[in-house]
Amino acid sequence: MSEKQVTRRNFLYVTTGAFAAAGAASLAWPFVDQMNPDASVKALASTEIDLRPIIPGQSITVMWRGKPVFIRRRTQAEIDEAKKVNLADLPHPEEDSDRAQNPEWLVMVGICTHLGCVPLGQKGDYNGWFCPCHGSHYDTSGRIRKGPAPTNLEIPDYVFLNESTIKIG
Amino acid sequence: MSENYVPKSAVGKWFNDRLPLLNLIYGHLLPYPTPKNLNYWWTFGGILTFCLVTQIITGLVLAMHYVADADLAFASVEHIMRDVNYGWLLRYIHSNGASLFFMAVYIHMARSIFYGSYKEPRELIWIIGVFIFLLMIATAFMGYVLPWGQMSFWGATVITNLFSAIPLVGESVTNWLWGGYAVGSPLLTRFFTLHYLMPFLIFALVILHVWALHVPGNNNPEGINVVQGSQDTVPFHPHYVVKDMFALVVFLIVFAGFVFFVPNLLGHTDNYIEANPLQTPEHIVPEWYFLPFYAILRAVPDKLGGVILMVSAIAILAFLPWLDTSKVRSAKYRPLYRQFVWLFFANVILLGYLGAQTADGLFLIIGRIATVYYFAHFIIILPLLGYIEKTKPLPKSLSEPVLSPEERQMKAAASGASA
Repeated sequence: MSEKQVTRRNFLYVTTGAFAAAGAASLAWPFVDQMNPDASVKALASTEIDLRPIIPGQSITVMWRGKPVFIRRRTQAEIDEAKKVNLADLPHPEEDSDRAQNPEWLVMVGICTHLGCVPLGQKGDYNGWFCPCHGSHYDTSGRIRKGPAPTNLEIPDYVFLNESTIKIG
Repeated sequence: MSENYVPKSAVGKWFNDRLPLLNLIYGHLLPYPTPKNLNYWWTFGGILTFCLVTQIITGLVLAMHYVADADLAFASVEHIMRDVNYGWLLRYIHSNGASLFFMAVYIHMARSIFYGSYKEPRELIWIIGVFIFLLMIATAFMGYVLPWGQMSFWGATVITNLFSAIPLVGESVTNWLWGGYAVGSPLLTRFFTLHYLMPFLIFALVILHVWALHVPGNNNPEGINVVQGSQDTVPFHPHYVVKDMFALVVFLIVFAGFVFFVPNLLGHTDNYIEANPLQTPEHIVPEWYFLPFYAILRAVPDKLGGVILMVSAIAILAFLPWLDTSKVRSAKYRPLYRQFVWLFFANVILLGYLGAQTADGLFLIIGRIATVYYFAHFIIILPLLGYIEKTKPLPKSLSEPVLSPEERQMKAAASGASA
């Protein structure tokens, strides 16, 4: 029975061990965290774009945080096509109005949500975007319709600073 | 075996008395008892050691000229190819060396699978080998990213994006890996660092691999236990040193053929176009040695499922010693396994072919069947075979199968008389 008694020595042994483990763990953090995006990368986290040169039916690609962002000034036909889709048909249901603040302007990260390739514009079965890597088809609202990608093309945070300028990030 | 070595020179003796390093090397390389019937499939261990050392030496000198920065990497590789003295040779040896390293390791693994070398008491040798294979995959993948061509960049993008399939923390993990929000300079620098480190980890594991091998000794084509130091063994030197050397020379002829005549045959032309984050190549393919696993990844319509299955395809190898329930090692004495093992090899080659094709239509359907068969081999066929297969009688010694019937009778009579 005496073996099971907690002695002063047991207590010291366990607390010393616990302190050493906590110390080692806290010292390990800087070595892990140094790999996260650094201050200079984060400093580039927002971009302002002048929309004036873009005519309806035209897209531009801008870089934001090292990623391509598609900005498309959609035609009325594309907007109508995006709006009339039945949400029940979508693998990742989202209303077009939730994806475009202003229906004329579609702003989204140009990276396929499957494995990160850049989809090609105005291609594929739904006249939106098509990823050549593994065959994902997106519609005119950038929503996944067919193929291995799990979700719709991501919409970054952006605001209209005025009628012709947006700020991404 | 190693205790009795006495160096001939006075300096050697002085050194060895203080640090018995020479004893250790002598014991493992010279009189080490080896089964007398090892065939040429057993020479790939030595060939692989040669490959590793070649990659380390050529890699070391390439690192003296390479710059790990997204803006400079591509140009520095071209600088190696055009300006550095013999840079073209060193780089072609390194890039083709990686391919030949994998060719050799696949043959080495296939030999182990055919002759049951992973079975008791050699499970740990096999498991260390699986870890070496994993490190080789990581090293080769990171090395392929360094030239910063289109395939480098998009290969890195696709593979690092696999981690985004992890539920909840996927995005944080990929951002942590990238050191940013997309593949870029921070990733290149850390890949270079790890690419430099990993071969030395492989080297350490190779030492453990050989150490663990020298405890029970080599398996052999008959798959039976041999008594170390008996008539069934010969000293490693000169018998297998010479055999390994001959195989290495033949291997080097193939190696030189690639380096000097078709140095870009196994590479992809798109990797001579500098990385462009705005344009994905039409058709992304990994290096040939990853194709079977790439085919498994694409066979699954679900992102996370595909990643899990691809990782499992490699991880399941570590459990092979327990999935194979048969006590008989060599496929020579297992009539059913002998057929299934060839089917398995053919299936892996088929997966490799499919990995290079576009994943749609008929290719996708065959890819799915081949993927299911790959796993079925391990989790259905192998465990069952151990119970239903009627194995052939094993020989009592390595000499027995090669003796004529008369010699065999004489030997039996002699042993009967002596008993």
